[in-house]
Amino acid sequence: MSKRRVIPGFGLSLGFTITYLSLIILIPLAALFLKAGGAGWDEWAGLLTSPRVLAAAKLTFGASAAAAGVSVVFGLLVTWVLVRYEFPGRRLLDAMVDLPFALPTAVAGITLCAIYAPNGWVGEWLAKWGIQAAYNWTGVFIALTFIGFPFVVRTLQPVMEDLGREIEEAAATLGANRWQVFSRVVLPLLVPALITGFTLAFARAIGEYGSVIFISGNLPMKTEILPLLIVAQLEQFRYEGAAVIAAAMLIISFLLLFLINLLQRRLDWQNR
Amino acid sequence: MSISIQSIRKTFGTYKALDDISLEVPNGSLTALLGPSGSGKTTLLRIVAGLEFADDGPGKILFHGEDVSGIPAGKRGVGFVFQHYALFRHMTVAENIAFGLSVLPRGQRPAKTGIRDRVLELLRLVKLEGLEKRRPHELSGGQRQRVALARALAIRPKVLLLDEPFGALDAQVRKDLRRWLRVFHDEIGLTTLFVTHDQEEALELADQVVVMRNARVEQVGKPQAVYDQPRSPFVYEFLGNVNKLHEGRDARYVRPHEIEVLFAAECDPATDRLARVQHLFSAGPVATLSVRLDDGQFLDVELSRKQLDELALDVDDEIAVRF
Repeated sequence: MSKRRVIPGFGLSLGFTITYLSLIILIPLAALFLKAGGAGWDEWAGLLTSPRVLAAAKLTFGASAAAAGVSVVFGLLVTWVLVRYEFPGRRLLDAMVDLPFALPTAVAGITLCAIYAPNGWVGEWLAKWGIQAAYNWTGVFIALTFIGFPFVVRTLQPVMEDLGREIEEAAATLGANRWQVFSRVVLPLLVPALITGFTLAFARAIGEYGSVIFISGNLPMKTEILPLLIVAQLEQFRYEGAAVIAAAMLIISFLLLFLINLLQRRLDWQNR
Repeated sequence: MSISIQSIRKTFGTYKALDDISLEVPNGSLTALLGPSGSGKTTLLRIVAGLEFADDGPGKILFHGEDVSGIPAGKRGVGFVFQHYALFRHMTVAENIAFGLSVLPRGQRPAKTGIRDRVLELLRLVKLEGLEKRRPHELSGGQRQRVALARALAIRPKVLLLDEPFGALDAQVRKDLRRWLRVFHDEIGLTTLFVTHDQEEALELADQVVVMRNARVEQVGKPQAVYDQPRSPFVYEFLGNVNKLHEGRDARYVRPHEIEVLFAAECDPATDRLARVQHLFSAGPVATLSVRLDDGQFLDVELSRKQLDELALDVDDEIAVRF
């Protein structure tokens, strides 16, 4: 126990870490599960197999995964532009990426709704092509893309900056064309960071509430997301029901994130 | 294949990196571009490789008489080795070496077994047999550098370009790898141009040394020629240790090993000068004396341990120096 360490303060910092994590994460989560445990088995089964909850779960996880996937593609593109090119307004663009972090989600939701609704600027134009971008799955998806995208850019950016030009030049002198340089050298090195970005965007999207509920329209069985159902339960003072849905959501999210993490470990070539 | 560099200029913004460089690299030679940092040597190498393009104008790069100035790096047929290896860390050693062959268009690409044979052959050539399944981070610096070399050679380049090839290695590995590269070069006979800021490396390794300074070529010649007949004070000072003595308004350069040490009693005022020993470093085969001349200037003198023992010198002894 009395092993000497080079860096002092281990006991103090670990103690603080555990206390902090307990107060901020473990105790609230424990309380959630305790509350959910107060509901009987029947209530659990009844709630979680109800068509309305299942539809919401399908929408939440499906749209979140799709939005995170799209964020990865466009995040990669935006990061590439920010890291690789020097142009006027680059810093401004860089700062804009963070806006979805800073904006109150309700403001984002209302704005998105105003723009993409059939009478909004973009929605009007999309409607001419027969595309409806609000009050349906697409609307939810758009909102989730908006909030997830900065996570991808911010995880990818430092990795891409670190990559350096040399390996690309090496590939070029060996005769690789631009596509081969990208697909065989650059992209594989970015994959671990892309997965991390996906995971963060996905996790954030699952829990997102404010920016979605305006543009989704909240039609039961169609455009309700799980967080909305939790709020609906709370509004009817059914605290245990809310806790049950939240707990189930947490478990599924945790399993998914854990699986992605495992996948990433296997892909992380830099892991020594 | 010879390389001919003709009136190459390169500016970055207002900064002149290369100012009208012309240079011949003979077929099969090992040529060193030697200079301090900022002298333009790396820029020149990168222009030869096609990783950088010279300013518009009459400047040209010829490989064996053929103008390659407009050809991009990938089609120029150069093997380029980077200072920090630039290995693909997500690939095995074998995949790294095979990369140049695997990106060839379908028609020109060798079959899988052909690529495999070539990889094994190259691994033998760089003395890394059995390491094909390793990843770069599992190798030492010297091994990584040789993988980088094998990877560059896999495409059967017309010329080999090395950017500070030993810059990131520690002293012993550096020395070993340097000797090995010399032998290796003589075996494969590929025209090789390498950049270094280490004069010892350039003098020991190269057939031809190109001393660069401030975007210009200062002197070109065989190692011994540039060492013995430096054309400018800069080359004198850059190539090895040298004493700079002020004689009136002029400066005179004397290499430490060119100075003869005598007993003070033997001093001939016509050729010799009196001096006093200030310091004595005698660890190693060559001893270095730091002496103070009668006019107060300091001089470094190198002599063998044997001479030192014969003279039985000690600090503060009075001696005569002849140079």
